[in-house]
Amino acid sequence: MTNHWSDIQHSDCALIMGANPAENHPISFRWLTKAQEKGGKIVSVDPRFTRTSAKADVYAQLRSGTDIAFMGGMIKYALDNELYHKDYVVNYTNASFILKDTYEFNDGIFSGYDEPTRKYDKTQWAFETDEEGNPVKDMTLKHPRSVFQMMKNHYSRYDADTVCSVTGTPKEDFLKVCEAFCATGAPDKAGTILYAMGTTQHTVGTQNVRAFGMIQLLLGNMGLPGGGLNAMRGESNVQGSTDFGLLYNNLTGYLGAPTMLHPTLEAYNEKETPSAGYWSNKPKFLVSLLKAWYGPNATKDNEFGYQYLPKGNKNYSHINLFSAMYKGELEGAFLFGTNPVVGGPNAGKEKEALGNLKWLVAADLWETESASFWQKEAGSNPSAISTEVFLLPAASSYEKEGSVSNSSRWMQYRWQAIKPKGQSLADLEIIHEMYLHLKDLYKNEKTPAAKPFNALDWNFGKGNHPDIDLVCKEINGYDLTTGKLVPGFGALKDDGTTTSGNWIYSGFYPEEGNNRAKSRDNKDTGGGNYLNWSFAWPANRRILYNRAAADLNGKPWSKKTAIIWWDASQKKWVGNDVPDFVVDRAPTDPGGTNPYTMLKDGVAGLFAGNLNDGPFPEHYEPFESPVANAFSSQDSNPAIQLFDGEFNLKGDYKQFPIVATTYRVSEHWQSGSMTRNQEWLSELVGHMFVEISEELAKEKGIKNKDKVIVSSARGEIEAYAMVTKRFKPYTIQGQKVHHIGMPWHFGYKGFATGDTANRLTPHIGDANTTIPEYKAFLCNVRRAN
Amino acid sequence: MVEINLNRRQFLKLSGATAATLAIVELGFNENEAKAKTKEFKIAKSTVTPTICCFCGVGCGILVHTKDDTVVYTEGDSDNPINEGTLCSKGTTIRQVYTSEKRIEKPLYRAPGSDKWEEKSWDWMYKTIAQRVKDTRDRTFVEKEDGITVNKTEAIASLGGAALDNEETYLLAKLMRGLGVVYLEHQARI
Ligand code: SF4
Repeated sequence: MTNHWSDIQHSDCALIMGANPAENHPISFRWLTKAQEKGGKIVSVDPRFTRTSAKADVYAQLRSGTDIAFMGGMIKYALDNELYHKDYVVNYTNASFILKDTYEFNDGIFSGYDEPTRKYDKTQWAFETDEEGNPVKDMTLKHPRSVFQMMKNHYSRYDADTVCSVTGTPKEDFLKVCEAFCATGAPDKAGTILYAMGTTQHTVGTQNVRAFGMIQLLLGNMGLPGGGLNAMRGESNVQGSTDFGLLYNNLTGYLGAPTMLHPTLEAYNEKETPSAGYWSNKPKFLVSLLKAWYGPNATKDNEFGYQYLPKGNKNYSHINLFSAMYKGELEGAFLFGTNPVVGGPNAGKEKEALGNLKWLVAADLWETESASFWQKEAGSNPSAISTEVFLLPAASSYEKEGSVSNSSRWMQYRWQAIKPKGQSLADLEIIHEMYLHLKDLYKNEKTPAAKPFNALDWNFGKGNHPDIDLVCKEINGYDLTTGKLVPGFGALKDDGTTTSGNWIYSGFYPEEGNNRAKSRDNKDTGGGNYLNWSFAWPANRRILYNRAAADLNGKPWSKKTAIIWWDASQKKWVGNDVPDFVVDRAPTDPGGTNPYTMLKDGVAGLFAGNLNDGPFPEHYEPFESPVANAFSSQDSNPAIQLFDGEFNLKGDYKQFPIVATTYRVSEHWQSGSMTRNQEWLSELVGHMFVEISEELAKEKGIKNKDKVIVSSARGEIEAYAMVTKRFKPYTIQGQKVHHIGMPWHFGYKGFATGDTANRLTPHIGDANTTIPEYKAFLCNVRRAN
Repeated sequence: MVEINLNRRQFLKLSGATAATLAIVELGFNENEAKAKTKEFKIAKSTVTPTICCFCGVGCGILVHTKDDTVVYTEGDSDNPINEGTLCSKGTTIRQVYTSEKRIEKPLYRAPGSDKWEEKSWDWMYKTIAQRVKDTRDRTFVEKEDGITVNKTEAIASLGGAALDNEETYLLAKLMRGLGVVYLEHQARI
């Protein structure tokens, strides 16, 4: 989230799309309700009339997988009706930049496409530059090749009639949504967009988010209280685990993981460090991380240990990982509190893949479906599976201490309430012990494999119980010349004299005895930002890009949307938040009107040339779709990676005519292992069900609570039919299309059991993130008997 | 800063000057009377520890009451500015994460081809796992590829971490990258 939970109360309009917070982030809704009480509007756009829709002022239905069509239509609406915030767009975005004539778009394909590799040459999506390399601009936005005009042209095809024929939204509902949300383009209004996995779990997931970003920039909503682009996280620390580098492509703090394209530290720095913007400090963050990981073994002479880091040469993400496992390329795997046999795409095949491992280590509170994939009740033949499985009992969140970062980037501490149950242990201890035992095996070896591992600097106290305080301090970082903790990432250097395990968190532990994650002063410090409650990365800032809430002169766009402003007498930025700006850089100073300090040009990108599938979001149909693409002859995203063989069987519309999506219920959590193993929650929602419309039920002769079979190209599952008014058949390009939905929480373990929805979902991912397309696929439904 | 294991009254005093807390103190909050009036009999003399909900990313504050080595009660933390004492169904039942009979309490091992778990000691588990990791890693480790130092193994994967604490994810990332693991993923992807 660029903003935070209590900030939502300041919103004049909250567009909730690809999310159902009333169900899945229930307590967030107190802040939405507060906004509504103050006269703000809630807009819900969803394939299903959800609990959020029930609380909304405006609801619009859209077919799963058509968000870009919808948002493209909204962009056109804002432009046509001149509802965008002109001063913001001209000055704080790249709308004025002129595009080189190598950039083109034709029938669903951007310039630079190479069909055999399904990749774009992104250098063709570039700006005209002057002799000094600065972008050429036209501040009138009239130049035909300005980003503004090219954008206008791109979305001219997204008229309301075409949009609605694709999304299936009643036109008057579509227009109501546009009207309500685009009203926040007024300088004294702020609108927020709240989204979740309904947005990202598509083959165009990243571009869905981009489309949200574009409308927020056009309406001048970024940086404002009550505004922003807000991803609601589904797990208590999925924000933190991402920040801390548990995705193959990132080290900590979003420093890209080295690949074979970066053979040396110098090559890495050259390739990955922009010439301007805050990321130009990247070498300082990387060297400080290397010093935290390799300590005295990281020296100037050995590139600060850079060569110890593994260098990959391909996409190692979840989908690719399981295809490799299926092919027998992996020997061993660790699962830390995760359950892919329920939560993974094409989960039936992921279960089979686990059987190709030699060994599997699972640390969990429960005997999950994944840890016990070899059992008869999993449909497996134990004697045919030779995988060794180690199941380690892990302690729950309040049986240990440590911090978690919520969606708002607030790092909140959890104290230990009770000792771990039975013989279970904190994951911190398990990981630490694993290290110690491996170190024991390696310590006297000098092999190539031993070298990088032995180089790790691992100092978290004596004995087998790690001292968490030392871990916290290593994350924050030290000044090695004084031995003191660094006050923040501004103090980090690239000469090996500082350490920091995660630069974006640096400053949470600025001096001895002051772990700010433990701060519990809940006095409102102004604007509902609670600056003394917990620590928000970066630098305890609660609203990102907050400089953009003030105009060129540093004055708030309006009194109502004020957050920080330039105080000429004090010669600094002041207000209700930590400024996202150099605090004494005057609006009249060079760069004083460039609020997007992380970015090279200092302004936000309406045009973004760095994504794999195009600089403007374009509608493509999901991998499995009931219709052809109405916007171009490219049916699905031309830049997605296609998988072959059994892992990616594709369903045909004739055999599987119904659009399906998955979702969650309030009483269960993710793959259900944490909730289906509890009595009360299991009793509240005890059965796997599939939600179908009254119309479809009638066509298929299905009654409420009948047992039905849902099938897709990947498999079949059984579930109870829940016949509701919440789904309605769509009319898509004149054709009737049914839509169903089902929860993905169920498996065969725990108190509440049921078939796993993900046995139906496809093994296909987004062109940038490879996040699987769980949210739109084809299936069929029939009565079970 | 909050110390752990405070009783409720000490905790309220220490946990900052909220209007609500002050009001209770100023109006002569009588601990015994309040307890007698409510269901709190069960939690009398219990120890109260603040935590953050382990489920979704809202990050609601919860107070865990413990007594006699078990969790007797949990409630929303009214000091936490996000939820101000409120909780959803999952946060409300967080006690059962501890009390559920389904919790595994001992390390379990499943041998190749076997149809059952066997109980093992932690030490045996660590030692055996370390050997498996080392064996796989040593056989599959690639030091150089096309003349470039790559120091990786593509035969080991690590998944998960979204439910771990920050400090744990940090150690996990450090250990796995340190071992040369490139198949490193967690739930943000799925
Ligand atoms: S109580 Fe509910 S809303 Fe709050 S963090 Fe827990 S799961 Fe999320």
